[in-house]
Amino acid sequence: MFTSSPFESPASPTEASIYSPFVVHAPSSMTSVAANAGARRSDAALTEVLRHPAIWRRGALRTNAADALPTGFEALDAALPGGGWPCGALSEILIDEDGIGECSLLLPALAALTAARRRVALVAPPYIPYAPALAAAGVDLAQLVHIDASAVDTHWTAEQCLRAGCCGAVLNWLPRTDYRQLRRLQLAAETGGAIGFVFRPFAAARETSPAALRLKVVADAHGPRIEILKCRGRFESAQTLRLSA
Amino acid sequence: MLWACLRLTRLALDALHSGDERHPHAVVDGTGPRRRVVFANDAATKIGVSNGQPLASAQLLCPRLAITSRDEAAERQALETFATWIYRYSADVSLAAPDTLFAEIGASLNLFDGWPALERRMRGELDHLGFNYSFAAAPTAAAARVFAACNAGIAIPAAALQPVLDAAPLVASGLAPETVSALHSMGLRLLGDLFRLPRPELARRIGQTALDHLDRLRGLAPESLQRWHPSARYERRIEFSYGIESQVALAFPLQRMIREFALFLAMRDGGTQRFELRLEHERTACTRVEVGLLAPQRDAASLFDLARARIERIALAAPVHALALHADDLPTLNPLHRDLFETNRREQLDWPALVERLRARLGDASLHGLACVADHRPGRAWRFAPLDAKPSAQAACAARPFWLLQRPMPLQGAPQQVIVGPERIESGWWDERDQRRDYYVVEMHGGQRAWAFLQSGSPANATTGWTLHGWFA
Repeated sequence: MFTSSPFESPASPTEASIYSPFVVHAPSSMTSVAANAGARRSDAALTEVLRHPAIWRRGALRTNAADALPTGFEALDAALPGGGWPCGALSEILIDEDGIGECSLLLPALAALTAARRRVALVAPPYIPYAPALAAAGVDLAQLVHIDASAVDTHWTAEQCLRAGCCGAVLNWLPRTDYRQLRRLQLAAETGGAIGFVFRPFAAARETSPAALRLKVVADAHGPRIEILKCRGRFESAQTLRLSA
Repeated sequence: MLWACLRLTRLALDALHSGDERHPHAVVDGTGPRRRVVFANDAATKIGVSNGQPLASAQLLCPRLAITSRDEAAERQALETFATWIYRYSADVSLAAPDTLFAEIGASLNLFDGWPALERRMRGELDHLGFNYSFAAAPTAAAARVFAACNAGIAIPAAALQPVLDAAPLVASGLAPETVSALHSMGLRLLGDLFRLPRPELARRIGQTALDHLDRLRGLAPESLQRWHPSARYERRIEFSYGIESQVALAFPLQRMIREFALFLAMRDGGTQRFELRLEHERTACTRVEVGLLAPQRDAASLFDLARARIERIALAAPVHALALHADDLPTLNPLHRDLFETNRREQLDWPALVERLRARLGDASLHGLACVADHRPGRAWRFAPLDAKPSAQAACAARPFWLLQRPMPLQGAPQQVIVGPERIESGWWDERDQRRDYYVVEMHGGQRAWAFLQSGSPANATTGWTLHGWFA
């Protein structure tokens, strides 16, 4: 993973000047001969720089399939930049009430994860995850872990699971949380490379969140409707889509 | 074979940790008028106190003589400590009470770069242990003991054994004292004098046992030594001079204790799977904290983390005056084989480590797997399973909700619309938990999908009597 600036570690002193943002942005300050050669070289260098994974240009849809797990719903996959749930990040799912199909949204991904023998942890779920329904959806129950944690320990448990690196996905129900705690979970997910799902109430939509993806699941007469509130790597404003499961 | 012999020359005194050399001091044994000096320190010896002297004569010679009674348990404990220490250089360790131990180090010479390096290393460590000792090595254990008794501090190769033995004094030979004095009165001083005598005549004078000992010295007869095994259990206790009231303050002695424990485990090349911490209080019964692990471990840092997490969970009823660690179950450790080209990130924990960490904080019963049960009644069609259990076979069933309520409850409001149903579930007449229900998937006013039932026979358009049992989340 690249976290350093693209302008670091030049190969030679001459390249250093090419790579420096100053030369890229101000070629007019050069003398004519040097300017031509420099401009040609800086063009090449610019494309080189722009290819760096840490640079994202508005309008370009970055698709990096390795960093995402397909959701199993075509419409949703198409709307998400990586083509699925972002790995090593938090995904928030905002719901108004239980029972509007919010968990079924994850089932295909969980089935794929458990089939690949990755663990899935359910941290302090509000009800009993019903084993027959999970098995019917193709989830391998042997890879599923149900963790009872009191309200005090929920965040700690979630962070441990996300950070450990041996869980493929961690499902959390956090009705009361804040930016700071979510930020910790997001960093833990980055460290462990796990997918963190966080279920939160609608009211949280107004708050800022460090999560890479924020979805709102709304129930209406035609089944669940999904609104993408925030999506890392994409600039369009809120988008609404409907799943044909 | 090369046997190292370690003799703790002043064990009786050193085991009592009395370090003052300037004042005459003696360790005494026995009761009443038969009390005898077991060991006198240098200051006392100078005045004339000698080992084996009756206490009355010693006190007559030296009225200022400080006396301490002998602590044989402490001596045994000290000898055990040395055996544990030397066990890291050799698996063949043997104790000869009260103050001597042997270790076969010939097999370890290659590993430790030969005798000079090994000796330097062992002496360096011995000096730190704070006991007076003499140390020698020879091809037979009996000979090594002779050289250690001579305070020779040498290592003799097999070829040179005979001439060096010849020059050893009889006093150090390990023969019974009466035999030695008898031989002395015959004018014999050195072992060599003895070896030159004709065997049948010598046998008549000193007996077969002593002759066998002389054979064992030279390696002509086999020696039998009882092999020492490191203890299969571990116990340590730290007593505090004042009561500790907070768990935070308890962490420091705990860390020290766990570190020693990990060292002990490393020395045994074993791990621990279950150990117990006892927090002893002054008046009330001690608090016991069990620490259990999924797989044997011996890493000090992770053992400490687990133990601390357990201790932080308990409420201290009273100040802690002593901390004890007991481990009875010390299985062998199978170290994890790690990939040479490790692809995982550095901070990754393996699964058992994560489970242990979670269980240490949340409690043993907080982690479960889920399993299906072949039962038609929805509340009994699932159960919590132990982690990593093999999943049971699963029969395909009709629509089932993601969430199941712990117990069914009356449905709030009437269902908007029935989507699927009825599905009649009628079972359990044999175990007194008879259920006769018609299950429906219904849509509620807000768009929620519920799994609700009516007692069987009720019409589907009923507005009352609906019971909620799950959500299609």
